[in-house]
Amino acid sequence: MNLAVNNQSLILALGLVMIALAIGWHEKLGIDRDMIIGVVRAVIQLFVVGYLLKYVFRVANVWLTAVLILIIIFNAGYNAKQRSNGIPRALPISVGAILISTAVTLGVLMLAGAIKFIPAQMIPISGMIASNSMVAIGLCYRNLNAEFKQERQAVLEKLALGADLKDASRDIVRASIKTGMQPTIDSAKTVGIVSLPGMMSGLIFAGVDPVRAIKYQIMVTFMLMSATSIGSVLACYWAYREFYNERKQLVGPSN
Amino acid sequence: MSLLELKGVGYRAGETTILEDIDLTINAGEWVTIAGPSGSGKSTLVRIIASLLSRTSGELNFAGKSIDTYDPVAYRRRVSYSFQQPTLFGETVRDNLSFPYQIRQLPFDEQRAVAALDYVGLAAGDLDKAVIDLSGGQRQRVALLRNVMIYPEVLILDEVTAGLDAENKAFVWSMIRHFNGDDGITIIAITHDQSEIDAATRLLSLADGRVTGGAR
Repeated sequence: MNLAVNNQSLILALGLVMIALAIGWHEKLGIDRDMIIGVVRAVIQLFVVGYLLKYVFRVANVWLTAVLILIIIFNAGYNAKQRSNGIPRALPISVGAILISTAVTLGVLMLAGAIKFIPAQMIPISGMIASNSMVAIGLCYRNLNAEFKQERQAVLEKLALGADLKDASRDIVRASIKTGMQPTIDSAKTVGIVSLPGMMSGLIFAGVDPVRAIKYQIMVTFMLMSATSIGSVLACYWAYREFYNERKQLVGPSN
Repeated sequence: MSLLELKGVGYRAGETTILEDIDLTINAGEWVTIAGPSGSGKSTLVRIIASLLSRTSGELNFAGKSIDTYDPVAYRRRVSYSFQQPTLFGETVRDNLSFPYQIRQLPFDEQRAVAALDYVGLAAGDLDKAVIDLSGGQRQRVALLRNVMIYPEVLILDEVTAGLDAENKAFVWSMIRHFNGDDGITIIAITHDQSEIDAATRLLSLADGRVTGGAR
């Protein structure tokens, strides 16, 4: 392995943060405090995660691995809920959608023999899946709120004509699923020609043959497509009903 | 038996009273015109009748049973509501006229649609015309046809002729007279137009959320 990041080089790399701070200070952006808090949090969180993962990988216990995956999924669901802007039941919807999208994707990868149920593989892969699903669901929520606001009149007219909730919301749900999946589709289109993504870059950094590294990246591209599509579809189809009351009347969005 | 019966219907939004103690009986086949100043609660009243809003007090019966006992979707297919300045769906006239069939999972009756277009002065070829190419009057005609492609029992019209020129206004009213006189659809129409108020066979007046005349 030819990785050369040691504590001394990390301290020197802190100079890069100084550049960002200097720009913020010079341009009077008022984000100096946020930037310092962000950097301190990132360092502490990553050190804690580093030591925690070292322990978990060493213990290699199935239940501990499963619990950590569930914690990742819950945190991702909680963060997706924070972007729901008041959609009722957003927490169980988000956690449920991320849980299913992660489980299905991990299941297929394990059945295909691409990964094994060992912490060193399951935890990072689960994190990648859950975080992409989280971002997709957050985008879905934002779009649902915006579309129900913008298309309020059209939805009311469809209801007034006797449409059920699914028919009245179909265009909005479709547009929201598309919005949730779009970043993954866009990055799949540009992978390798615009960006060398994390998984691939990490392996190349660690000295793995680039041709082998791309195979992992292809797997990641496939799994993120699956995760964001399952997460977006489930979250949108579960969440759109929350914009109506029990008498099938349009009540949302709340803001 | 009355078709629609409102007893002491009220609507409050937070601390604000929008409608208070509305008593009203409408028989099948009747034409009721609702008039009143802006903010008098006319639209709220008809939206409650259309089940797009729920009353906060009182009783509302349809065909002898409380509105609460009906599935809202099934009810709205019987009591249809047409908006002022309607939004047309999709891209073409066909998308709009086929919508009532689509939501009932019925095959689109193209022959009926062409006959309906002919009745409102549009050609058969206009079925595939883009909705953005329709004039204001044509949009309103297509929107009204959308409400009656599959006949409802009650048609609620919320100032559907507002903003139309005299010719289109007359045409739309002749359509509504046809729905009421020939097809037996009960009409509840909100209007601000004095000539329409003068011509009303039954006029319900609202002011400050209360009925000031015409209820029975």
